[in-house]
Amino acid sequence: MITSRAERTLNYAVALLFVVLSIAPLAGVLLAALHPPGALLSGISLPETLSLETFAAAWERGSFTTLMTSSLIVSGAVVLLTTLTSIPAGYAFGVIRFPFSNVLFYVLIAGIIIPFEAVIVPLYYSFRALGLTNTYWALILPQAGLQVCFGTFWMRAFFRAAPLELIEAARIDGATTWQVLWRVLVPIARPAVFTLIVLVFTWSWNDFLLALVMISDEGHRTAPLGLSVFKSRYGLDVPQVSAAAILVALPILILYVIAQRQFIRGVLSGSIKA
Amino acid sequence: MGFLYILPAFALYGLFVLLPALDGAWISLFDWDGVTLAHWVGLGNYADALADGLVQQAFFHAFVLIVFYALAPVCLGLLVTAALSRHPIRGLTAVRTIVFLPQVLAAVVIGVAWQWMYDPQGPVNAALSALGLDGFTRAWLGDFGVALPAVGIIGTWVTTGLCAVLFIAGVQQIPMDRYDAARVDGAGAVREFFAVTLPGLRNEIVVALLLTVVAALRVFDVIFVTTKGGPGTETYVPTLLIYKRAFVSGEVGSAAAIATILTGLVLLVSVGIRRLEEPADT
Repeated sequence: MITSRAERTLNYAVALLFVVLSIAPLAGVLLAALHPPGALLSGISLPETLSLETFAAAWERGSFTTLMTSSLIVSGAVVLLTTLTSIPAGYAFGVIRFPFSNVLFYVLIAGIIIPFEAVIVPLYYSFRALGLTNTYWALILPQAGLQVCFGTFWMRAFFRAAPLELIEAARIDGATTWQVLWRVLVPIARPAVFTLIVLVFTWSWNDFLLALVMISDEGHRTAPLGLSVFKSRYGLDVPQVSAAAILVALPILILYVIAQRQFIRGVLSGSIKA
Repeated sequence: MGFLYILPAFALYGLFVLLPALDGAWISLFDWDGVTLAHWVGLGNYADALADGLVQQAFFHAFVLIVFYALAPVCLGLLVTAALSRHPIRGLTAVRTIVFLPQVLAAVVIGVAWQWMYDPQGPVNAALSALGLDGFTRAWLGDFGVALPAVGIIGTWVTTGLCAVLFIAGVQQIPMDRYDAARVDGAGAVREFFAVTLPGLRNEIVVALLLTVVAALRVFDVIFVTTKGGPGTETYVPTLLIYKRAFVSGEVGSAAAIATILTGLVLLVSVGIRRLEEPADT
């Protein structure tokens, strides 16, 4: 392709501008968090000494050991439940023919669009009636119920594209439908399952509304809810609130660095096919 | 046979999403404070909601946010795509990774980051002062008239990366010969964009609109963390109203009615946007 030098420069400048704008707010909190706790910041100021003491202070004051443990328990359980139920469901919709499968699939897909903000009201009162508020179940079960829609959709897309010869060959060898799934298809589906795990973990980790409504007990707070409480308590201490925000984001940031390809591919193909 | 395989997934979805959604529609027919006995009011909550100035305002704000969450990001995303698809760009993967980053962060974290950006002492005002624009500095999130667009810009920041990444992937699917043909005809960068790139991205634009418009109608976390609806009721949105009525002021029936209206609106808008898609196999 022939493009002029001036145009190339302009294109690189546009790209650079977007990168800078994308990073600026995050650079802002990081810079703020590197200041000592309680420091009064003004504008874009560089810390005089580099230290992580603000992170340590925020971890201590925000009881981050408890927050991180809760979030890990909840997100881990949601990933396990969602993956284990989405794989067979996606397999059924993608490979097995059965009556009403189309209608049922559309009913399930509706869950991707239904605003969860609307489901939360009746959900809270049902869970309260059952005495389940302030438990991890109040976060795990509804999240899994929601994520299983995307999970099934995602696994179905993979199984539909799986080579039929493989399934038929296994059938001739006498494998049952169940064995075909776990011995033949799941092993080749590993990358798809990994992407699903990464996405479900992230969405679950980032959930805020459900925790805000269901959890009032300090011991069960998740990291985003803890951050919101921390912010309303120490809001004026910009360095500490910033450090707390970074602590909440850190596990996902690490995951993103490791699996950014899966993240982007998952969100893109998930949304295009939906 | 297939039923057994989908049973666990449907049990989770049915019990914790579908049934509550129907239950919500049922609750919306009662006057209920969440504690004492509920009274049947039929569609009374809906009539009240439609006549309620605050409800109207909240839905109006949601529509304003569509400009910031959907229209602006789609335009900006197209601009980046136009710049990045004319010739091979060094570091394209890195650019993609960075602009997509806001997508994976918790909305609470984003709220904290932007509240500092918008702080009277924060980076935005500092940058304006540095450019000699002291007259424009203000407490962005506390300013009547400016708070809603300020919250909207947070949305633009979040969703632009998603649109850009969608479009950049889409451009790679456009057959090269269309570009070659345009160039043979002597099309410049601008005409090439409107003649080839834009029509070629039709389906990606539809998907981007679908995702971002729904995101605008559903926004909650960022508003709850930054403005809580203020100043006054300047940044009230439907989800915030649902939350406040259901869990703060004990108007559960009213909250359920607003929630049902919102669900209907989201489903309607999703179906409507889908219609814009190119029919398959053309």
